[in-house]
Parts: sequence; C-alpha cells; structure tokens
Amino acid sequence: MNKIHNRQVICEVLMEHAKDDKDIVVLCSDSRGSASMTPFFDNFPEQSVETGIAEQDLVSISAGLAKVGKKPWAASPACFLSTRSYEQAKVDVAYSNTNVKLIGISGGVSYGALGMSHHSAQDFAAMAAIPNMRVYCPSDRHQTGKLVEALLKDTKPAYLRVGRNPVEDVYTEGNVPFEMDKATVISEGTDVLIVACGEMVLPAKEAGEALAREGISACVLDMYCLKPLDTKTLLEKAKNVKAVITIEEHAPFGGLGASVAQCLVENDPKKAKLLALPDSPVITGVSKEVFDYYGLNCEGIVKAAKELLA
Amino acid sequence: MSENLKKTAYELRDYTLDLIYGAKTGHMGGDFSEAEIMTALYFGVLNVDPKNPEDPGRDYFILSKGHSVEMYYAALTKRGFLDADDVMNRYSRFGSPYIGHPNNKLPGIEMNSGSLGHGLPVSVGIAKGLQMDGKPNRVYVLMGDGELAEGSVWEGAMAAAHYKLDNLTAIVDRNRLQISGPTETVMHHDDLAARFTAFGWRVIVTEGNDIDALLKAFAEAKTESNGVPTVIIAETTKGKGVSFMENKAGWHHKVPTAEEYAMAKKELAAKIAELSEEVTA
Repeated sequence: MNKIHNRQVICEVLMEHAKDDKDIVVLCSDSRGSASMTPFFDNFPEQSVETGIAEQDLVSISAGLAKVGKKPWAASPACFLSTRSYEQAKVDVAYSNTNVKLIGISGGVSYGALGMSHHSAQDFAAMAAIPNMRVYCPSDRHQTGKLVEALLKDTKPAYLRVGRNPVEDVYTEGNVPFEMDKATVISEGTDVLIVACGEMVLPAKEAGEALAREGISACVLDMYCLKPLDTKTLLEKAKNVKAVITIEEHAPFGGLGASVAQCLVENDPKKAKLLALPDSPVITGVSKEVFDYYGLNCEGIVKAAKELLA
Repeated sequence: MSENLKKTAYELRDYTLDLIYGAKTGHMGGDFSEAEIMTALYFGVLNVDPKNPEDPGRDYFILSKGHSVEMYYAALTKRGFLDADDVMNRYSRFGSPYIGHPNNKLPGIEMNSGSLGHGLPVSVGIAKGLQMDGKPNRVYVLMGDGELAEGSVWEGAMAAAHYKLDNLTAIVDRNRLQISGPTETVMHHDDLAARFTAFGWRVIVTEGNDIDALLKAFAEAKTESNGVPTVIIAETTKGKGVSFMENKAGWHHKVPTAEEYAMAKKELAAKIAELSEEVTA
C-alpha cells in the first residue's frame, strides 16, 4: 500500500520550485498540517502566509498577492474552500483573473465520520460553474505531481481537489502518461467506456480488467481535468462503444457525470450510467465503507456495465 | 492647490450626474458622498500614472464599495486613464466595458468588485505582497459604512494588524445611510473608531467632504506607525452637493427625473462657478 498522500506530493513539488522562485507563496487557514504543508512553512517561512481560520480572507489575500506578482497556492479543506469562500473564488480570483491556485484538501468524503459539514460533494459543480475557473482532480500521487508541475507553468486560476488519505498508485514511477487538459487513456475498449476521476480511477481500472476477463472490452479514461473537460478524447473513445459509465466521488449534479453526459447528449447520445454519491448526507463511515455502500467500486462498475450491455 | 481640488470634486459630481442621467442607472448618493475622497486620492495622494497604469512602482487603489463606480469613472477620466466621451456614451450600454461595477480589464482599475466586503482582504494581500518584497508602494481601499456589516471586512482588519501592514490605508465613507435607511437603524456601528482601535488599527476621524481635512488625514496616514495599519473614517454626507439629494436614503440608486436633473445641474454649476472665482481671487 502506498503511504504517500497526494497532498504531500503537492508540498514537495512546490518546495522544489520555491527554492528558485521566491514568488511562490503557500497560504493556509490553520490547515497547514492537514494540507501536508508544514514542511513548506518550516522551510520557506518568508513565502508562507497563515490566515487563521478565515477561508474568505485566505482566498482574498491570495488574490491580492497575485495582483503584485506573487504565485499563491491556497490550501484549505475542500468543504470550506469551495463553499465558505465561494464568492471570493468567483469575484477575486476567477472574475478578476488573478493567478491563484486553490487546493481543496481532504476532498469528497475523505473526512468520513465527521459528517456532511466536512464533506465536499459539491465542489466540482460549484467551481466548474464559475467562468474562468478550471477544475482538476488527480487520481494518484504521480499524476498529482505532474499536474502541479503543469499548473506552476501557467498564470490562470484553478481549483485542485485531492483526498485526505494515501491512495494506491494508478501509474508507476517513470511511467506516468500526462498531457495537460488531456484525459489519460488507461485502456482501450470497444464495448463500454468508463470515465473516472480522482480516487475512482483505480476501481475503474480494476473494473476494466475484470470486464476483460469476462470478454467485455472496456475503454477506461482518467478524466482528471473536469474543466476544461477533454471532450475530444471523450467523443473519440465514445464513438467505438455501446455504453458509457461515469464514476466520481461527488454529488450526482454538476460534476464529472453531468459534464460527460452534457457532451454526449449534444454530440453522440449513448446509453449511460452515472455513478456518484447520493443527493443526501452520506452514510457514516470511512471512505472505503462509504464507496462500497453506494457501489462506487469495481463491483459497482462491473454491474453497471453488464446492465447497460444486456 | 486645494482650492482647485474643491472645484474638481464638483466637476466630478457634474460628470457623474450626466453619466447616471444618460444611462438611467447608477448610485448617485454614494458617488456624491465620496467625491472629495476620490478627488483627494486621484489628484493629491495616489502615485499613479495614466501613461503607465501597470507601473510596478504605483500605489494601489481598490474601490470596495464597487457600486459607486460612476464617481470612479469620473476620477479615472479626469485623471486621464479613460476617455471621458467614450465612458459617457457607453456606460452601462449593451456590450460596454464600462459596467455598473469596477471592471479590471480597464486601465487604472486593479480588481473587480461589486460584492461588498472583499476590498479590504484583497488589499491586505496586495500590501502583504509588497511588504514581502520590501517595496515602498502604498495601498488604499475605500469602503462604505453599510459594508462594514460584512464579516469578511473584520477578517481582513484582523490580518492587516497581524501582518503589521503599515503600507495599508483604509478609508470608510461614513455617510450614515444605506439602501434601507440609517446605518444606525439597519445595523448599529457608531463605535467604529473603537472597533478599529480594538483590532489594532490607527484611527483618524476627519470631515470627509473637506479636501483640506482629507489631505491632512492622508498625510498623517503616511507617517510612521510602526507596523500599524491606518483607517481614515471620513464623515461624509450622502448625496453631498445637491441640496435635495443630501441625507436621503432614497438617492442611494435613484435616477433623477428631467426636472431633478435640471435642478441638480444648476446647483452644481453655481457651485463650480463660485469655486472658480475663489481660485482666481
């Protein structure tokens, strides 16, 4: 089991670059521990800003810093960052077009038993609905590293969600196919297309393998770029299959499934199943228990595929 | 100089009146209360250059009370950032860049605003960034008094004192009226000076429709404060400059009728003529 958290990788990549780029600034709202940003604060105190438990301030201050040429990365629990400071993200970051990178940590149901106040099952929808805001959710530590490297190269606003717990690798060291804003093709297939993001990519990959063993050919896409959605790859792969499945750690509205469905309905309608969390406070439990309960796992995808192809 | 600036403030009011009357939309009351503040800033305080709006050495100004954008346009046109005729002809019209709140795609406008309570925390970020780089630029932010009910203002106030941002000056346009009525009735905050003091700020209370008093306050705000941010509480009159608009909450965003427009134009013209005589005398 991999023990390295995606959030830890974000910190490592930022530290690597912060040595040579004094304009890289990390901001936390009493969240440096949960964001794995303590090493950054310890090693780069002059490039660290603590705002206290004040998420609105966190985002506005980030926008102000960007205004004078800084490259701020604001890390705070996704549940608060995507709702408490939503308007700051909308007006001060996206609308004012400031170079702020928002990192939603402990995303989705990562906080498990802490309940709906701490779950962020609406962040994709909320952030994607803002013009000029990009939305990303990487699947493993390797892809997270590549994504942060890519985001460091641009000067546009972005929201990035990562989970709280270390997740199994989807890719292997030295073999991490990555192109910015392009979905990663995990497997090619002609019966069903499975589109996943974040922690759902691994079960999607496993489901593809399980289906193959039963003679069903599945194309699996890691759509870490929710906005801009890679519609080119999506339509290209959808063309070859009879049905499409999406799976995400998010409410059933406005997330990956909704965006994929929107694109398909307009261009190439398909039978589809959109797997997501329910429109209700989720059942109490750790991530795996919650995912299993709602069928957000390999078995759930295999079942959906068989139903669609029956 | 300040005699000229008194006149300038009334010329800005005159332009603002035409702007609002022409487009049939705008926030006259708050525009007029801040006329002297904007005049003092743009013609006496801010180090800004219309020929180089993005000059890294510039002072930063954020209009947090973004609805008072018409006076902002008036100041920016008079100062040479924007074309006066273009703004007059296109303000709030279909497809116009001169929208009803600040638009930072325009030269001289740093940030988009419109939702209240954002300007101070954003200014804290700007001031913090300048401080990190050891730069001498100053940051100014103008807020409304009704706006101070927003909690985010006080998050920003807390952070400014914590980071010791003595390069930051906040100005409160204390006109005592908001859209629903007197600020003290809507949400009491008459102990404003005590509140900012408690948050660790230096407080300067001044007459806010008096150019001389404002310039003095801005000069004081620039003096050494050893890491303490400064707030200027500018005691103003909403609708200042047109007798029938003064101290009337209804003029927050009312558009004058043809008759009211003519009366207001006449009053402003008389005042401008009177101030012109003072200058030549």
